[in-house]
Amino acid sequence: MWNEGPMIWTSDVLILLTSVGIIGVLTHFKKWKWLWDEWLTTVDHKKIGIMYLIAALLMMFRGGVDALLMRTQLAVPNNHLLTAEHYDQIFTTHGTIMILFMAMPFIFAMFNIVVPLQIGARDVAFPYLNAISFWLFFFAALLFNLSFVFGGSPDAGWVSYPPLTELGFDKGPGENFYLLAVQITGIGSIGTGINFLATIFKMRAPGMKLMKMPLFTWSVVAASIVIIAAFPALAIALALLLLDRVFGTHFFTMLHGGDPMMFVNLFWIWGHPEVYIVILPAFGIFSEVVATFSKKRIFGYSSMVASLLLISVISYFVWAHHFFTMGAGANVNTFFAVASMMVAIPTGVKVFNWLFTMYRGRVTMSLPMWWTASFVLNFLMGGATGVMLAVAPADYQYHNSYFLIAHFHQTLIGGTVYGLLAGMYYWWPKMFGFKLDKKLGMWAMVLFNIGFYVCFMPQYALGFMGMQRRMYTYPAGMGWGTLNFISTIGAYLMGLGFLFIVIEVIYSIKYGERDLTGDPWNGRTLEWSLPSPAPHYNFAVIPTVTERDYWWELKENNRTHELRPKAETLKSIEMPKNSARPFLMGVAFFFAGFGFVFHWLILGFAALAIVAAIMIHRALEVHDEYAVPVDEILETEAATGRL
Amino acid sequence: MQTPNQRRRRHSKSFLLALSAATAVLLTGCGSRFVVLHPAGPVGREELHLIELSAILVLAIITPVFLFMVYVLIRYRDKPGNKAPYQPKWSENRTMELIWWGIPIVIVAVLGGFTAKTTFALVHPPEKSVKPITIQVTSLDWKWLFQYPGQQVATVNYADIPTGVPVRFQLTANGPMNSFWVPQLGGQEYTMPGMSMGLWLQADKAGTYYGHGANFTGKGFAHMYFHVVAKSQTQFNQWVKKIKATSPRLTQSAYKQLTDPSVVGTKSYSGFPPNLYKDVVSKEGGKYMNHMMKAAGLNH
Repeated sequence: MWNEGPMIWTSDVLILLTSVGIIGVLTHFKKWKWLWDEWLTTVDHKKIGIMYLIAALLMMFRGGVDALLMRTQLAVPNNHLLTAEHYDQIFTTHGTIMILFMAMPFIFAMFNIVVPLQIGARDVAFPYLNAISFWLFFFAALLFNLSFVFGGSPDAGWVSYPPLTELGFDKGPGENFYLLAVQITGIGSIGTGINFLATIFKMRAPGMKLMKMPLFTWSVVAASIVIIAAFPALAIALALLLLDRVFGTHFFTMLHGGDPMMFVNLFWIWGHPEVYIVILPAFGIFSEVVATFSKKRIFGYSSMVASLLLISVISYFVWAHHFFTMGAGANVNTFFAVASMMVAIPTGVKVFNWLFTMYRGRVTMSLPMWWTASFVLNFLMGGATGVMLAVAPADYQYHNSYFLIAHFHQTLIGGTVYGLLAGMYYWWPKMFGFKLDKKLGMWAMVLFNIGFYVCFMPQYALGFMGMQRRMYTYPAGMGWGTLNFISTIGAYLMGLGFLFIVIEVIYSIKYGERDLTGDPWNGRTLEWSLPSPAPHYNFAVIPTVTERDYWWELKENNRTHELRPKAETLKSIEMPKNSARPFLMGVAFFFAGFGFVFHWLILGFAALAIVAAIMIHRALEVHDEYAVPVDEILETEAATGRL
Repeated sequence: MQTPNQRRRRHSKSFLLALSAATAVLLTGCGSRFVVLHPAGPVGREELHLIELSAILVLAIITPVFLFMVYVLIRYRDKPGNKAPYQPKWSENRTMELIWWGIPIVIVAVLGGFTAKTTFALVHPPEKSVKPITIQVTSLDWKWLFQYPGQQVATVNYADIPTGVPVRFQLTANGPMNSFWVPQLGGQEYTMPGMSMGLWLQADKAGTYYGHGANFTGKGFAHMYFHVVAKSQTQFNQWVKKIKATSPRLTQSAYKQLTDPSVVGTKSYSGFPPNLYKDVVSKEGGKYMNHMMKAAGLNH
């Protein structure tokens, strides 16, 4: 902290000032109680979703700044703006943050905001667990980000392969920060996966058969299945490596009979399914967006469901393509090569079905639709280069090169990020009651898109020029300079695009078009039958669903009044009580993590004991629900003009 | 003021612009800087053939699909007076869906077949009639050690090879795992502690080929490059003779020094401790993996 140079010092000062600022503002406006009652202790899925969203956008900023620093460093050959150590830390935190602390919370934001509303439920199956999942993610993100203030960030890449990450080569606390933060957020993610699978299977409105579910909900089913099966593998891999580092075991040190390949396998048994975890919900979002803005039923619904589930199954047969070049042998490589190519089949089917949903429809080019259209181009190219990478012998040439970098950014940004942004624009009115400004949003969209191609197309070319990933600098003689410089310009354009989104949000809070109908896009699914934002109990009366796109059918047949509550039949509603424990559990996990990072075992175990105590306290709780009285429901519904 | 129509057209234009810019960047791949696209040996060539085949197959799919999207977005826009058919309930067509489940299956089958063929072929020496030479490669923090068991010479950060002769690289790591990559000769293979892996490469023509570690190994990683210098068999023999005559031997203590983390230039040695490579593999964990030592021919 004290010896890290002016760059880190400046950041430290900025962090301090921001924290003081936040505390000052909260105190000045006397918002502490409001913050505690309304947000920190909430178990309402909509609020948890909003907190996930805010955190994800903040982390996108952090990961984006990392990206800009990297691109600045690589803009010209022989650059020494950053030292090797600093660069190594930045690419490690960039990758880890973008996957685990940006993409994951962003999809969880969408899960939380949309799923219960879409399936006609009042909350998720386990609201308390939902809050725990959020606070584990939140404090894990805090722990991870703190690493660069206390003791240095991890610097062995987001894949964290031993033996580079074993004590022999990496003494510092950075790697411990990585292992513990990712472990803690991973536990939360497993909870979310279980929670949403249970929610969707058990809490659907009467009449909503599986094959009547909206496609976004289906995509959450597929993603949750993958989460539940994949994250435990990561948890084990990280735990064993942590044991190696903190307690001196030798699971992955070959010197003493361990096997680093075991880590590589475990990591990718989680790691490849992980990219499908973050893309599947995006596929769901595109399906909703395309149907809504084409004013047409989704084309080939059963194919869409089948392809989602097929992708979640195939995702387990592709992990070895991350190490075609680790000597697995021709038979293994061929199997995983063909399995990896097979992912393109269901994915391609989805693209065709989206296009044929627009075909013979009436397409409105709203912001979500623009992001969807730009996604299609991106995903065609990203999918194509994905198939090229799956060809094992060709991969011997792409592996760890900039071709690979360009490919996975094209699918992760062009797929996941575009999808999540489309979803954010689409459901924003449902969350906050107003639309985001279209003009500023178009600026963001155009800048981000142009920036994307300027940034990543040159990187495909650099791959063919033999440039490796993770080099903090490169010599001038290789001819890589020009393309790297262009790529850096693209990165800055993307940064500018992100800035426009921020401006757009701030502008729209004041001037954005208010949504008084609850159905600003002429939507098709149940969430649009509710006022925006939805009341905390969601549905005053749980609807009985008779077909797919139920809300659309009701509108078509002038039967929307059937979903309106009637004063005489209203009953009081049981809702879960707020609780401080999920937040406190997050705090305890944070201190446990912090303790183990620095080998302060007493702190670590004491904090874990507090976690146990909280769990016991919860187990003894009898009344965790309360009844919302009919009067309050009447009042709320009347205020939105629904009575 | 622009009409919404004009505005829409302008936006689709910017997409097309981006696309053509992308194509232009990719087309500059004809320059000789694009080492992967200009292989200098049979292994790199075979891999390039697959790269080309896969690129053509996927382009054949994505180009029409993208054009179709642009067409659909223009023709079915929601604007007053649009005469294109509107069928809000049309959402099933078995035949069409079978077609787009079928086409990718066929493409994957074709590409999978070629992939299998090449994957199995690359396990064997690219040239069967010429007796191969063996070079044992050890990645260290942050340098490359090459040992020639047949010639009894060793080098650091460069390797001379005879042209037209298949080279059997045996790879291991003393330290974190790296990846041995000489793009112009062919694809890479990892170097891993306690393991010995094989990679066949061959150069057809004389030249100096850039090589680099491809898997991150810490601070000095960016400087872990080396050159493979291909020359005729006669020149190669002369080179060996010269090294033998002029360079020192690699001793155990000199090797020990190489294992310390550092970035160094090139070095040559007129000999090395017997069994150095085998001992490194064994000491780093190979002793626990007899089957692997046996497979690499290191257990006698």
